Amino acid sequence: MTITPTYYLILASMLFTIGAVGMLVRRNTLVMFMCIELMLNAANLTFVSYANALNDISGQVIVFFTLVVAAAEVAVGLAIIVAIFRRRQNVTADDVDLLKG
Amino acid sequence: MQAVVFFVCAALILLGASGVILARNPVHSALFLLLTLVNVAVLFLQQHAALVAAIQIVVYASAIVVLFLFVITLLGVDQHEPLVEPRRFQRPAAIVLGVLVLIQIIVLAGNHWATGTVQQPGTVDNPNFQALDSPRTGNVERLARNLFTHYVWAFEMTAVLLVIAVVGGVVLARRSGHRAVEPSEVGAS
Repeated sequence: MTITPTYYLILASMLFTIGAVGMLVRRNTLVMFMCIELMLNAANLTFVSYANALNDISGQVIVFFTLVVAAAEVAVGLAIIVAIFRRRQNVTADDVDLLKG
Repeated sequence: MQAVVFFVCAALILLGASGVILARNPVHSALFLLLTLVNVAVLFLQQHAALVAAIQIVVYASAIVVLFLFVITLLGVDQHEPLVEPRRFQRPAAIVLGVLVLIQIIVLAGNHWATGTVQQPGTVDNPNFQALDSPRTGNVERLARNLFTHYVWAFEMTAVLLVIAVVGGVVLARRSGHRAVEPSEVGAS
């Protein structure tokens, strides 16, 4: 049995769905961040699958940029979480529903 | 062999992803995330993306997961989150929405909404056609050639983005409002 790109794409869509559901269900902001990483990884898997299927290296180059965005997002996001924790002593998303400190 | 590797990795990826959202303890979530990331790297390798797989391990599985674990232990937020739902039917609604998203993606992908042309040997826009990881020009060389020619502007922009992110992180994490007690003041008082 040969593995066609469709298998990878379906796997990526399932991974993305799990990340999206986790984003909606969980309320710990750190776990929500991990769910964003899951969704980014699903997108990366899709890019690499198409790079392989179409024999176009650009798909792999885009994954680089996704990685940079993920790194920047984690740096800023974790700094925000640390700032929230200093003020509130917990990092539950429901507690920060107002746009003021 | 290819099928065996794919299905084992796919099962581990889905297991890890489910573990991220089901684990009560954030430390366990981070470790399940690590499982998912490593297995995605294996699938990258399987699809002739050796350099991307290596970077996935080095940047994602090492740096980002360690950063998560560092913040979890630094803040001591590994307590369990409350089980009561703030709004009724939030979880069933989330799962229904998730299934809808999955169906949408699969339907769209199956109906050739996602299309592209296979790069053919000797075409105008790709005269030096090679396989993605051919022995003559390896994966790294081909990727670097593309990154530093076609995408060099975007590449430079990522440097700016990273600088902005670092500055933003420092500004946010700095203890604002509370002025740090300086050693001279401690000595005076």
